[in-house]
Amino acid sequence: MNKLIASGATVVDSPQKSSGRNWTIMEKLFLGLSFQQYIAQAIRNPFNWVFGIIFAIGIPIIIGRFIFGLSWVTHSSYDYPWGLFLGFGLFGMVPLSSSGFQLGTACEVFGRHDLEPIERLGLLNGLLGYFFAVIFLLCDLGQPWRLPYPMVLAYGPAAVLFLVAWHVATYLSVQIAEVSVSFFEWIGLPIGIRAIRKITLGMTVSGIILSTLHQGALGALFTYAPGKVHPLWYSSSFQWIHFFVSSIPGGLCMVIVVSTIASKTMSWRFDERFKDSLDRITISLAKGASMGLATYLVIKLISIAHDNKWGYFLTGYGHWYLVEIMIGVIIPMALLAYSIHHKKVAIIRFGALLVVLGIFLNRLNTAYITFNWKLPYREIPHWREVAICITVYSIYIVVYRFILYRLPIFYQWKAAEELAPAYVAETETRHQRRAPEELALAYAAKAENDQ
Amino acid sequence: MKRRDFLKGCLISGAAASLGVPSKSLAVGSFEGYPDAMGILVDTTRCVGCRSCEAACNKEQKLPEPDVPFDDLSVFEEKRRTTEKAYTVVNRYEAGDGKDPQFRKMQCNHCNEPGCLTSCFVNAYTKTREGAVIYDSKICVGCRTCMVACPFNIPAYSYSSAFNPVVKKCIFCYHTRLKYGKPPACVEICPREVLTFGLRSDLIKIAHERIRETPDRYIDHLYGEKELGGTSWMYLAAVPPEKIGLDETVGNEPIISNVKEFLGMVPMVLTIWPALFTGFHLLATRNKDHGADHHTHSEQEDGKK
Repeated sequence: MNKLIASGATVVDSPQKSSGRNWTIMEKLFLGLSFQQYIAQAIRNPFNWVFGIIFAIGIPIIIGRFIFGLSWVTHSSYDYPWGLFLGFGLFGMVPLSSSGFQLGTACEVFGRHDLEPIERLGLLNGLLGYFFAVIFLLCDLGQPWRLPYPMVLAYGPAAVLFLVAWHVATYLSVQIAEVSVSFFEWIGLPIGIRAIRKITLGMTVSGIILSTLHQGALGALFTYAPGKVHPLWYSSSFQWIHFFVSSIPGGLCMVIVVSTIASKTMSWRFDERFKDSLDRITISLAKGASMGLATYLVIKLISIAHDNKWGYFLTGYGHWYLVEIMIGVIIPMALLAYSIHHKKVAIIRFGALLVVLGIFLNRLNTAYITFNWKLPYREIPHWREVAICITVYSIYIVVYRFILYRLPIFYQWKAAEELAPAYVAETETRHQRRAPEELALAYAAKAENDQ
Repeated sequence: MKRRDFLKGCLISGAAASLGVPSKSLAVGSFEGYPDAMGILVDTTRCVGCRSCEAACNKEQKLPEPDVPFDDLSVFEEKRRTTEKAYTVVNRYEAGDGKDPQFRKMQCNHCNEPGCLTSCFVNAYTKTREGAVIYDSKICVGCRTCMVACPFNIPAYSYSSAFNPVVKKCIFCYHTRLKYGKPPACVEICPREVLTFGLRSDLIKIAHERIRETPDRYIDHLYGEKELGGTSWMYLAAVPPEKIGLDETVGNEPIISNVKEFLGMVPMVLTIWPALFTGFHLLATRNKDHGADHHTHSEQEDGKK
């Protein structure tokens, strides 16, 4: 893409081309390139080849899972009813998607306008993370077509999962509404933007409520299994707090990681505002993440002390617990503290990656690796289960990239202020029927008449 | 930020919050079981591991042919668990100290306050007045939280079915027998009278009577009387429970007690958070012209279009 821009291709960042004509939807989809150029740049990108191979293997397996059933892709374990789909997909992706409510809160509720350039990335990261967590859930459910049942048919309101189902469904709609502002700008529908803006504060506050509860609720799900989750990862009183608090650095660090990857691979999409503020914002986010990590560590230790579980540290599981805490909490805390002080953004980014991996490790430990610690055997996931996880995660990355390439997330949509509103409306309706040259002439004539 | 917008925000967030209020969450009190609930007393000291209960269960519940025939005793070489093809299994446990090996039948214990029931988000489980914990496969979504929540690792899942996988577990022969006051198939077939069917309250008395009469034969503990808030199936044994694979660390509180701390917190967040954070918003943005500018400016901009 950089080469194309160097050779004169223009980037879509406003309703109109430099010639004054509006971009068509197809042109917007092809990033303002011609069809051939678009295909050529897609083929040149080595990542696409990797994704191609993953999809070639993984998508047939996903289809197979729905034709042949769960026993074809998992070990059909009765003792480990939740495998990687939930342990990695649902429990891992939801905490890393808390960025939506956090940046929404910071910008809209606390008025932190300095974070605004990255607010939309936070919101999008939240939306996609939740959406794909639900995709993982659909892969895991025995009868996924019954997923709406708890909403419409049968209620089990005393169950934690009931709360999770309702909150995730509600919160997904809230996030779609929040992210849709970017979509409305891109597609050119100002009435949608106005409608969303009016309810932004309400949505943000409901986002905080829903997030607090369902992030915590995912933790509370494990309090149903006091004898199965290893005591070091289990706490009747603190489980939901652990999950909620760890989601705070998780979400912020995920945004740092995504923005880092984007700055390496798609900096052409950044506008000046984003480029200039990224380092400053990264430091701000890292400060927030350090606070979250410190709180998390303290609560972890309190819960160990509360139930007097120090003895477990002498066992193998105890060492593994310390490894998790070192990788996911203590080392990143040290790195972040050092790099925030010295303003070393590269180290912050590495620390953020560790936090993200630490969150995955923690959720996998709770749900899978140390689950059923009293049973004599440990479950190793089926290779097809792993393949589906990789494939769904790759689809997540591709969709993420698809949206970042197009919607005004890393850049601000340039509103067409220089043109009178009537022309915009007219071009919307007519441009498909007329040849571009004709249009240009017509505009010129109109502009003259109006003046 | 205009006052009107603020009020609107409050209303909207309030409305959003009121969705999904787990209204029953606080009503989950402790439940000691229905007074007329039936139960089964399992006297493991009488069991010889003939596996006829397994065979009777298989026939009664119309389960598929077993992999190993029911007269094959080689299955005792390893510890088995309940599966989608077997709602009950008998395991052999070496008691040590020169004692004879012990046998114990395993199936759903039909808790008074079952973990599976309280964890189910579509209420697929029902604890009937007769004491059985039954399951409605018509509404089960297949999340398998019940399998996670069961402290005895009992529910199995028919993973091999692609289009209608369901939970498989002992249902106390509810539909064919218990409903009509008849004992389950396994009880009826047992040649050694290991299993006694009766009112749960009576069975507790009988069990303690047996312990009192022959204290040498039993350890003084009726497993299931108090464990996890009480279960309909209860066990007498000659050896401590953990020797015959019964987990003693489960405690006397039902599973839901562990979850109550979280459930109790939910209404507080729902009521306090909206006011708290809208208040924060006012505090944080009141004197900042920048914040007000940002919104009015964009509104004007939109108005122009």
